[in-house]
This record gives sequence, structure tokens and C-alpha cells, in this order.
Amino acid sequence: MLEALTDAELVQRCRAGDSEAWNTLVERFSRYVYAICVKGFRLREEDAEDVFQDVFTRVYTHLDKLRDDAAVRPWIAQLTRRLCLDSIARSSKEQPAPEQDFEESSDDFAEIEDAFAVREAVTTLGEACQEILDRFFAQDQSYRTISAELDLPAGTIASRIARCLRKLREELEGRSEPSRESRE
Amino acid sequence: MSRIYNEEWLGQRLRILRPAPQGWVRAAQELPSARRSLDEIVARAEADLEFRTALIADLEAALQGEGYEPKPQIVGELRRRFS
Repeated sequence: MLEALTDAELVQRCRAGDSEAWNTLVERFSRYVYAICVKGFRLREEDAEDVFQDVFTRVYTHLDKLRDDAAVRPWIAQLTRRLCLDSIARSSKEQPAPEQDFEESSDDFAEIEDAFAVREAVTTLGEACQEILDRFFAQDQSYRTISAELDLPAGTIASRIARCLRKLREELEGRSEPSRESRE
Repeated sequence: MSRIYNEEWLGQRLRILRPAPQGWVRAAQELPSARRSLDEIVARAEADLEFRTALIADLEAALQGEGYEPKPQIVGELRRRFS
């Protein structure tokens, strides 16, 4: 299963020309790049699309230049941020308007990093939890839709989500570093 | 102090990484095959004056005429190179 590969292993396979590995790499980081564009920088959808494609084009063409294969995620993040800033600069030149004001919020980026860590933890919970948590939280699906699509009794959806969140919490608590400060 | 992962905090984080539009993901996944096609088209255009002229005159028609699918990423890159 390519999904189980580490970032470094995935990069090595991509570099060797494995197209399935490339598909997995895009799948693994697509939400992250998208979140940086639309949540971190609040790009308009059409600008976000250009940046998104540009990021993956550059990742593909410059994969050979990556010095540390395990550092692919920070590299992608840095690349995405730079291209988002370029996009904003271009838009400001073309269309100077008050709403073009942009303030980079470090809270948003910290939340995106947290979200990635949470998503990685979700992958350890098993397919059923991954599916139900993703549908409910990331895809905004209703209990009714989840029930119909996963063929589960509607009355059990809430309790399944709660159970999966408990498992997720245990997983994260098991991983958490003592030095990280509480935000509560 | 360790972080407290309550349901609200977890829910907020789970909502952040929403799926990117499927078409965007698919286009990014097709990059390797698109690059291969692109390299082939560019090599042909450099070697074949008639093909190059046709590309400049009507890029998409020339690609289709030669059996290449005019994918947006290929068309965009060829426009940059040949216009």
C-alpha cells in the first residue's frame, strides 16, 4: 500500500518515475496545499487553482533538487506560500482595490499544521473512522447522507463519530510532546 | 503542559483540510503523462517546421489533428513556448 509509505519513501518512488507514487503524493498533500491557499492566504478560487497546479508542477519538475526527502512537506509548504504571495502581488498590480489587503495570520498557518498532524493521526484509526470523520467534518455531510452512503443506521452516526473522536484523542495524547503548550 | 484535545478542538482541525476540487487533483496527478506528451510535442515541433507552423496557427486543432489530447496544462505550456 503506497499510502503507508513515509514521505521520504514516496519521494524516492516518484523520483524513480512511479506514477502511482506520484498519484499518492498528490493525494497526500492536495488538501494541505489547498488549505494554505484558501485558508492561509484566502485566495480566490481561480487564483488558488493556478497556485495549486503551479505547486505540483514545480514539485514534479524539481523533485531531484530536494536535499532531504523527508522534508517534502515543509518544502511544499514553503513553495505554496511563495506562490500564494506572488499571486497576491500580481492581483494587486492588476486590480488595486481595498479588498486586496492581505494580512498573513500565523494562527491560520499553525492551525493548518495542527490539522495535518490530526489527519495523520486519523490514518491510524482504521478505515471506518477515517471515512466517517472525513465525511462529517471535512466534507460537511449530514448524518442522513452518511447513513445512506455508508449504509449505516442513522441513529448510530453520532455515537460512531463520538467513539472515533475518543480514539483520535487517545492517539494524539499518546503522541503529544510534553513541551507543547496547551491552547485551551 | 500537554495540549488538551477536546472534541471542539479536534472538530475544528478536522474541518480545515477539506478536499481540493477533484478536477484540480486529477490534473496534478496527470502531470507526469502531460510532461511526457509535452516533451514529445516540443521535440516534434523543433524538428518539423510544418507541425510547428500548424501549432502557431491553431494550437488546439494541430494537437487534435496529431492525436494529442489538448489538456489545459499542455496547451498552456505550449502557448507560452510558441506564441
